[in-house]
Amino acid sequence: MNAITMTVTVNGEPRELTVPTHETLIECLRERLGLLGAKKSCDVQVCGACTVLLDDRPVSACTVLAFEARGKTVRTIEGLACGDELHPIQAAFVEHGALQCGFCTPGMIMATVALLGENPSPSVDEVKHYMRGNVCRCTGYKRILDAILDASRRMAAAPAPA
Amino acid sequence: MLGEFDLVEPTSVAEASEVLARHGDAARIYAGGTELILAMKEGLIRYDYLVNVKTIPGLAGVRVNDDGTLRIGGATSHRALERDPLVRERFPVIARMESDVANVRVREVGTLGGNLCFAEPHADPGTLLMLFDATVRIERKGGARTIPLEQLFVGPFETCLEPDEVLTEIVVPPLPVHSGAAYLKFGFLERPSVGVGVAVTTDDGRVREARIAVGCVGPVPRRMREAEAALAGQTAAESRNTLAEAGRIAARASDAITDLHGSADYKEHLVGVLLRRAFEQALASSDGSGAP
Repeated sequence: MNAITMTVTVNGEPRELTVPTHETLIECLRERLGLLGAKKSCDVQVCGACTVLLDDRPVSACTVLAFEARGKTVRTIEGLACGDELHPIQAAFVEHGALQCGFCTPGMIMATVALLGENPSPSVDEVKHYMRGNVCRCTGYKRILDAILDASRRMAAAPAPA
Repeated sequence: MLGEFDLVEPTSVAEASEVLARHGDAARIYAGGTELILAMKEGLIRYDYLVNVKTIPGLAGVRVNDDGTLRIGGATSHRALERDPLVRERFPVIARMESDVANVRVREVGTLGGNLCFAEPHADPGTLLMLFDATVRIERKGGARTIPLEQLFVGPFETCLEPDEVLTEIVVPPLPVHSGAAYLKFGFLERPSVGVGVAVTTDDGRVREARIAVGCVGPVPRRMREAEAALAGQTAAESRNTLAEAGRIAARASDAITDLHGSADYKEHLVGVLLRRAFEQALASSDGSGAP
């Protein structure tokens, strides 16, 4: 078969999609669904700008095939905020100035959602190890690290809907 | 841009084997896709058919037999191995190595079987698993064989698998009692430039057995049996004096090649350095206080 019809839940909304088997998840999200948050950058799973969550696990949407989302949930940066209210991780990134150009930010934040989902109170070293595959070329990482640790404290104090 | 292909989703190894036999070079097994899809996107290779082995029940998963042997399904992800409680308890050196493969996204999707079968020389798992005398189970329609992992690797990106064969399981026997093991790597690019694994079994203050494997620097990961022999039977103190020589032997035997990761000389030097450090770590953890 060269196309697959599937049900996939995107940011909480069930969708019925028919995708060519050779369509990547990033093409599906950006071109088919108009979700432009995840970025295609290095295209070789190195930079993390295309990080989205597939059943709460971080993947590189640039290389994962869209049909792999069959029957699963996909979360992207567009699905985090609740109306005008930012997700605590988004709020922490803003308050710590953890971005400059912002190109890596959707991936950084989605990776953080995955990290804090499996390890709500990570140590500094655990954050560095987990985030090693998300590259930022302007902020310098210190503020990103601060934002992630702060987000983990905020979410521990007031468990978020995430 | 990825070219079109037909996706085949078999529900048994026999069915996968049949499809692979029918289409020959036009078909390739697809598991995690972390290596294959990259190469296909680059246009380096193309296939008319991809055979998704993840739809075969039972091909992913980890279990430990009564005799302590670890059995890993070919489609098990790196992340599953990194986080598996049994692997962490009984084979912590494997869990640690897996936790340092590429990045978390690649580990979530990439499989151990896929990693071994793609045979990219700059990889970690094959080198470490050789220390355990791991074997791999290879199945095809109407037959199966089990071979030492060392024999799987024929050259860069080349294994001894026939076109219709599927690697279904990686079998990892435990190290003898009083063993310690360590895997160290160095690299400044995305993939490791040099990887060295050492396992040491001690007996009353002596090195009863040392196992050494070197990967990334040459065409295929290899056990370094001449260097191992140089260390066997020595006291801990003697073995430390022999490490430099063992490192030189291993470096010579590693078939280091000059490439983007550095010159052959440079890699040979690193083999010696990492061998010494890995040996010290393995020796220190060989006192029987915990699994290697």
